[in-house]
Formats: sequence, C-alpha cells, structure tokens
Amino acid sequence: MKIDARGMHYRELNERIHDAVLKGIKEIDIVNVLGQRYIGTGIGEKVTINVYGTPGSDLGAFMDGPVINVFGSCQDVIGNTMNNGKIVVHKDAGNVVGLSMRGGKIFIKGSVGYRTGIHIKAYKDQCPVIVIGGKAGDFLGEYMAGGILVVLGIFGREKDPIVGRFIATGMHGGTIYIRGSINKSHVAHDVSIEEIDENDLSALKNIIQEFCDAFGITDPNSILSHQFLKLRPKSHRPYGQMYAY
Amino acid sequence: MIEPLFSKDISGCAIVGIINTKGKPIKGDVITEAISVMHERSNGLGGGFAAYGIYPEYKEYYAFHIMFLDEGIKESVEAYLQEKMVLVKSEDIPIRKKMSFLNTPILWRYFLEVPQSKLTPKITEEDYVVSIVMNINKRFKGAFVFSSGKNMGVFKGVGYPEDISRFYRLEEYEGYLWTAHGRFPTNTPGWWGGAHPFALLDWSVVHNGEISSYGINKRYVETFGYECSLLTDTEVIVCLLDLMIRRHRLPIDIALNALAPPFWSEIDSMEKNMREALTALRIVYGSALLNGPFSIIIANSESMIGLTDRIMLRPFVAAKKDDFVYMASEEAAIREICPEPDAVWSPKGGEPVVARLEVQI
Amino acid sequence: MNFSYPEFLVKVSENCIKCRRCIKECSFGVFSWDGEKIKINHEKCVACHRCAACCPASAITILKYPVSFKENHLWTEEILRDIKKQADTGGKILTGCGNDKPYPVLWDKMLIDACQVTNPSIDPLREPMELRTYLGKKPEKLEFWHDKSGEIKLTTVMEPQIKLETPVIFAGMSYGAVSLNVHLILARAAKELGTIMNTGEGGLPQELLPYKDHIVVQIASGRFGVNLEYLNSCAAIEIKIGQGAKPGIGGHLPGEKVTEEISRTRMIPAGTDAISPAPHHDIYSIEDLRQLIYAIKEATRYRKPVGVKIAAVHNVAAIASGVVRAGADIITIDGFRGGTGASPKVIRDHAGLPIEIALARVDEQLRKEGIRHLASIVASGGIRSSADVLKAIALGADAVAIGTAALIALGCHLCQKCYTGLCAWGITTQKPELTRRLNVEEGALRVTNLVKAWNLEIKEILGALGINSIESLRGNRERLRGIDLDEVYLDVLGIKPAGR
Repeated sequence: MKIDARGMHYRELNERIHDAVLKGIKEIDIVNVLGQRYIGTGIGEKVTINVYGTPGSDLGAFMDGPVINVFGSCQDVIGNTMNNGKIVVHKDAGNVVGLSMRGGKIFIKGSVGYRTGIHIKAYKDQCPVIVIGGKAGDFLGEYMAGGILVVLGIFGREKDPIVGRFIATGMHGGTIYIRGSINKSHVAHDVSIEEIDENDLSALKNIIQEFCDAFGITDPNSILSHQFLKLRPKSHRPYGQMYAY
Repeated sequence: MIEPLFSKDISGCAIVGIINTKGKPIKGDVITEAISVMHERSNGLGGGFAAYGIYPEYKEYYAFHIMFLDEGIKESVEAYLQEKMVLVKSEDIPIRKKMSFLNTPILWRYFLEVPQSKLTPKITEEDYVVSIVMNINKRFKGAFVFSSGKNMGVFKGVGYPEDISRFYRLEEYEGYLWTAHGRFPTNTPGWWGGAHPFALLDWSVVHNGEISSYGINKRYVETFGYECSLLTDTEVIVCLLDLMIRRHRLPIDIALNALAPPFWSEIDSMEKNMREALTALRIVYGSALLNGPFSIIIANSESMIGLTDRIMLRPFVAAKKDDFVYMASEEAAIREICPEPDAVWSPKGGEPVVARLEVQI
Repeated sequence: MNFSYPEFLVKVSENCIKCRRCIKECSFGVFSWDGEKIKINHEKCVACHRCAACCPASAITILKYPVSFKENHLWTEEILRDIKKQADTGGKILTGCGNDKPYPVLWDKMLIDACQVTNPSIDPLREPMELRTYLGKKPEKLEFWHDKSGEIKLTTVMEPQIKLETPVIFAGMSYGAVSLNVHLILARAAKELGTIMNTGEGGLPQELLPYKDHIVVQIASGRFGVNLEYLNSCAAIEIKIGQGAKPGIGGHLPGEKVTEEISRTRMIPAGTDAISPAPHHDIYSIEDLRQLIYAIKEATRYRKPVGVKIAAVHNVAAIASGVVRAGADIITIDGFRGGTGASPKVIRDHAGLPIEIALARVDEQLRKEGIRHLASIVASGGIRSSADVLKAIALGADAVAIGTAALIALGCHLCQKCYTGLCAWGITTQKPELTRRLNVEEGALRVTNLVKAWNLEIKEILGALGINSIESLRGNRERLRGIDLDEVYLDVLGIKPAGR
C-alpha cells in the first residue's frame, strides 16, 4: 500500500496508517513525507512502514512492534518511550534519539544530535539497542539505566569528535560502546572506561551484523576490527550519598 | 450625578406580557391595566415597558431610546452617533411634562442606519450595533441606551409602572407585543437606567428574582466581549440570549434549556439524541445556567417567551385566548385584561412557554 | 558528642500493661524491652502517633523534647537542627509532606456568601443538588440540527470528557512513594464515589486494572511503566511537568525501594535507582509540550483527555495559557503546599506560589484570552476541607485534587518522614509488615466517607448560596468576600472586600 503524503496534515496521514494497520496491511510506503509528526506512533502491530522524505518529530513514539525504514533524515525525539520494534534511518537524526526507550532497536547510518539514548532502560528480556553509524553530540547516554548504545563514528563530519562532551552523566545501567578513542575528561566520573572482552565482542558482532544488513554494508568485519571502548556505570546508585535524612 | 450601583442590584418584581400572534395592534393602556393589578409587587422605584411594532414607518432603522443626565453628555453621544451611524431621525420621546418623578433624565430617540462601510466579513451589522451600545453605556457617563432594536422601544423610569405609562403617554402607542415590569428594589439610588426591561438589539427581558449564579454568568459573557456595567441580573440575561441565539445560532428552545436545564437525573434517562444534546449543552453552557429564583419574559420581534427557574422559586402563569397569549407573575393580571381565557396554566419549572408571531410584520 | 537532641520525648505511664505492642508498632525503633519494662530511644521518635493510637492502656504520651533553645526569631530551633544535620552529613536535607511554614493561608481569608430574603436558600436534603462535573476540552459553542420530525440532534463532535459525580478527585501519588494498598484504596474509593485517582509517575500496578475507568495515568520525565497498554488503561493521561512541593525538581526513588513489585510496574530492574529527570528531555519549550501532548493523543487515537500538571510558580498564568494553547484538555495547578514523598526541604519550603493566588490568576488569564473553555482547571496543593473546595471552585476551579487529606483519613499524622520508607501507618512504605497495616476495604471506606462527608457539606453550602448545581458556583467570585486582605491581594484574587 502506498500513501502520498504531499501536503497532508499529520492527523490525516496517521489516521490512514492506523486504518491500513487495522485492515491487516503489512507493508506501507509513504512518499513525499515532509515534516509530518508521529508516524508509527502508538502502533502495536508488526508492520513495516517505509518513509520517503523527511518525517517530523516523535516518529515511532510509544511504538510497540513496527519496523520503520526512513529513506532520509529524521528530526527530533525518534523512538520516544518505544517498547519494541525497529527504526532504521538512512541519513541523520536530530536530538534526543530514543528517549526513555525500553525495547527495540534504532539504527542510524549517519550522525545524531544531543542526548542520544537518554534514560534508556532495560527490563526483563527487553534490552533497547541504539547504533549510530556517524558521530554523536553531547550528553550521550545521559541517565542511562539499561540497554546498549553503540557509536561507530564512521560517517559524519570529519572534524567532529566521535562523541561530544558530558558523556554518560548520571548513567546507572547498561553499556555504551564507542568505536575509537574519546577524551576521557568528557566522561562522567562515576562511569568506568574499559577495554572490551570476548563477551562484548560477540554481542557487538550480532549488533553490527544487523546494522550492516540494514544499510547494505557488505563488510562488517572492517567495522569490528577497530578498537572499541566500553563505558559502564561504577554504581547503580550514583546519587545515594547526596541526602541528609 | 447618579451613577449605576456599585454593589449588585437586588429586587423583587411583577412582570406581565401580551402578544397577538397574528400581529394585530394592542394599545398601550391594555398592558398598563394588567401591570397595575400587581401594584403590591413593586414599590414605586422602577417601572417599565417594552413595545414591539410601534414604529412601522421607521421599521428599517435601529430605534435607539437613550437617557441623558444633562445636555452636555447628550451632545457628546450625538456626535459619537453621527460619526458611527447614519442618523435618519432624532426627536424627543413624548412625555407628560407635568408629572414629576425622582431624577427625570432627558429622554430622546434616534432612528439609525449602519453605514455599510463599517462592516467586514467578521463584523455583522448586529455585532456593530452591539458594540455601539456597549460603548455608549460604558464610556459616556450619564448616558444609557434603553433599547436599540428595530420597530420596538423600551420606556422605563423610577416610579410605579402605571405612572411611568402615563408619563410616556403609552396609550398613544400600538404594538403587537408588550411586556411590562414593576420593580421592588431593596437598594437603589433611583437611576432610570436600572429599571426593567433591559434590551439589546430587539431582545428585551423583564425579570422577577435574583440570580444566585450572577457572578459566573457575568464572567462568562465577558469572555465573549460583552461588558456588563450595571450589576443587574437582567442585563446579563440579555447578553446570554444574544450570545447563544444570535451569535452561536442555538435553536431558541435549546438556548432556553441552557438557562434552566433539566436535572442530570432527568437527562440521564432521556432517549439517546436528547440525552446527548442536553448533556453536551450542560457541559458547554454550564456557565449560562441561571441559578436561583427567577421568572422572566423574554421578547424579540418574532416571539414572546416565558421561563422560570428549574425549581419554580418565582410565580408564573400563562394563558391563551384566540390569537392572544398572556404571561404574568399573577393570574389576576391576566384576568384583568382577559377575564375568560381559553386556557390558563402554570408552566413547570424550567419549561419555556413560547408564543411565536405567525405573520411577517 | 551528639549535636542533634531528640525532637520528641516519649513517656510510658504506670498504666502500661507491658503488652509490648508499642515495640511491634513503632517502625522507627523507639521502643525495646529490657526484660522488665519498655525502654525508650527518644531520638528515633517522629511523632507519627502510631504507638499512642495502638496502646491498649493509653499509656503513651509524646511531648516536644523539653530542651529549651535560647529564644531567637532568626536562628530558630529548626534552623539550628538543620545546620547541625548538614554539618554531620554533607547532604541536602530531605523531607516529606507539604510546606509547613507559616505563610498566609488565603483560604482562611475568604468568606462565603449566603442567601437571606431576596433570594431563597435551598434545602439540600430534600431538593436536588447537583455536583456532577465534566473534565475535558469544551467547544466554544455547540451546533444542533433539527431533523424532519423536528427532533433535535447534536452535530458538534464532543472531545472526550471525564464524568465526575463530585468535584473532588485524588491527586497523583506514585506506587513506590505510597504502598500498593494506598493505590487500591484510592481506586476503590474513586469508583465508589464516581471520581478519579491518579497513579503518579510510578506506573500502573496490574491490581488496579479493574478500576481503569477511574484512573488517570501519569507520564512524568522518567516515563516509568509507560507503554501502549498503560496509555490505554485509563480515563485520562496526565503529563506531569511539576508538583507544588518541588517545582523544577526531578524525582529519585532510591534503588533499595525498587522492590520486585515496584520493578514490575515501573518496568525497570529491581534494585536500580528510578530517576525522574528535572525536565522532560523531549520538552524544552512550550512547542515541545504540544508535541508530546499530540504524541499521546496520536498514540491513543484521540480517545482520552490529556492533562498537564504544573507547579504554581510566579508566572503561572502565562504558563497555563501556553499549556492550554499547546492542547492540554485539563490543566492541574499544584500550589506550594502540595504534598510529596520526598523533596529537598529548601525547595519545598521556599519555592512556588499558594494555590489560591495561582488558581485565581490562571482562571482570569484564560478568560481574558477567551480560552477558558479549552481546558478544565484542577486545583491542588493543601486542600484541607470542603470549605477549601468550595472557595477553590468559586475562584474558578473545575475540580479540586486531594492527596494529603486522603492520606490523613488513612492514618497519616504528617510526621514528614515518608522518604524513610518506614511509615508506621503503612502508607509511604513498601515493607510488607507495614503495608499490611492498611486494610484495603476499611481504608476505602474511610476515604469514601471523607469525600461523602465533604459532598454533604458542599451541598449544604450550595443550598445556603441558593444554588442547586455546582457549575453556578464555578468561577462565581461574586459569592466570595476577602477579609483582612489588602487591595493587591483582593485584586489578584478578583474578589471584593467584606462589606462591599
């Protein structure tokens, strides 16, 4: 099924997507998307939505199952409080990618803005995964409580650092992998910076393989053969000592 | 100079109304006889009349009845009217000059047309007239517009209604619809503008009772740009009617339901359409509910409507005889002018009595 | 040397029958048994009165500890104790419950009108008296259509509304801050009363699902337990921006309180901190709030009202206008006396505005802008009685939310130690031996009784006002007069002084 979204208000567009999902349609192509918000928001079925153009913010918010392929760049807050599903972005994404995400995957081929993976959490068998092919802005993994964040630094502007400042402030769960080196003074003091081990590598292998498949990258090993750093919180209780009872 | 009241106006009253649904003329002394039967219900501090169909030769024009406390303010208002409207005719309202009342103002009437150049797709002719009236009442101290509709007028003052009728020589007028009011205020500086009826465009209201919900009714209409300067319940009722019927285009019976809606327990057990309509009405127009004791007679050029509060805290009687419909606080007032009606009844609380004009006037 | 003397002195009189019940009842560890008699550790007493209330011999007295501090209006006993505590620990002072400082209580400076002669009062026991209230966005006007038979049909499509049979609702308190039994009690009471309770930001315990039509679920900055099922298991959804007890401050449920059960509803692993960031990181500005409001509306297919709760702060009227224009269907304003399970004391006691002021300003501002119908206003933050409810409604609130008052009905004595997790009354604790103390059935009855009693009083006063439906009081400031208030206060509250 194909929807031409040119000049369409988001409410009408999303109404049509919901109707299609309700009718049992499994794959929806949306062309000429320009700024329409909330695509895929609140959908709980396993459908595929292919977005051609530049979708608006809150793509895939509260989503619980769909796969959204964006053939273009995304704006802010994609995958907001997402529970399950997958968002694949073929160019860049804006700020606050995957806010409070609890499950599912977000793969971005290019770079992302500030506060990527902020407050993502893991719960039982749910473990959110975000992979950034390019560079990430400041406050990567702020308040991170669980899940996996990977920054590859392959794409994106040459002069940018792989990750900006204030990395993992308030992190109290989960793991961040960074391919390459970082300025350690930018990492929160209660977060440890370690070399990866065998377990990390095997986890990364699977994730990178899926990332490469999503973007037609044929040689995952060229990515994996590089140095990776692992960031983990030293404590699950970073703020325990701040209060007088 | 006498100002409108600072604190809220409180009064008890007598009301009466007559309509000939075929548009046949009724003389002013008929309604005067009816209201004078209820002399005991008023105390000489307010009487007034609304008459429809009295200016057939000028029926295309807005008839403004205006009171002025002095010549100076009259000149300012006239300059303002010249600027904003097209003045067709201006004359004093005929009175019996020898009769003496407290604080008699200068009483004048104007027949006016709205210059088409002043209108935009967003401002209708009526909106424009309303804004002129509101402006005069609010910003010209010492002037007050009694009425502003076409082919109708309000005659009122500080005195017993039968005396006010003689003062204005109402026996010389003929109209197809009349309402009258005798007032019993508990606090009044004797200001002529404070007597009933209150009118805006061709709406007029005479009212008996005190609205306990006044504070919110007033704040509600104010959000729509109405300015209630007089602190009287009746002025607010006029604004509510104008808002709901003219501006929001609610059907009249629905708008009356908003003023005195059925109880939730009744609405809950109605059939679906009516239940949904009235539930929405109470949700959206809750601030228009007139709570507290009232009986009112509302008139415009096409109808006369009687309504009481939901639990009948004020008396109200209606009657019918041939083409005539009568409404009054007391049955005696009706019997005085129509000894043998075809039917006399006491409407239920909150149940409107609507008498519509069946011809084009 | 111990700088911090006890705050309270606990005495056991000779009436003691040595049943040792107090030892069991005191969760703070004041009492112990030395083999012959009850031993007392005064330092641990918080004045929660659990022991005194349970002592079968009425043998326990609790007094202020009789150490007289040298009288000083600047360096008060409280200031001295706080400084010493901070010198001991180096930490922010935590506290629970609402602001307890002697700021003026404006509710107590407003008087309600009554009818005499010129309009009749109404007998609420024998004549109808309507409290029904609808929360949600209203259209400015309605449209009707007469069909051929002359029957009237509504053509305007109404936005979703919450129907309440009382203007009193329950304020947001999270599972985690309060026990599951408190949630169950409030949910049952809400159903019985025809009103709503609010989950706070701790997710929705499965046990509450049978009451979902009486539940408002909250989305706060931590997004705990928020998924599609959560968004669709409710009467409405509330975005919590802030609360009166700690405007501008996030939350933090320490890991040791994240039990298995709490972990399930918050959907985070047991034992980890549950941090609510200070802002929502998808809301840095008003247009972002609109984005989230409509994300929720999209996710629920526009079937649920979406509310926004903000703390009363200095510029509250302009903020509220923005919130309403952003699309909120209900706006909850929480005054600075609103309760909390834990707040830095410095914020609780020094930030924000009284709800009376905030409510009056917000209602007036929305009316001035002609957008009052776009959202219902809920006022909260220290509402103590039916009189407060009435005055709030007359100032312009559609409904009033109570939290502390409902907890007091369950035994809370405002000892302000909620953050310790040791609540002896089983309210703000997760310890099974303590939460057991709160019987759900009995608690639901007590809270229901409280609101029913207030309903009776509200009807009584409406009757005295000559009004038989709550909407005629709503925003009807003509029926309030201020006493002992200066002109500026009267102007801000939009009421006349007594005597005018």
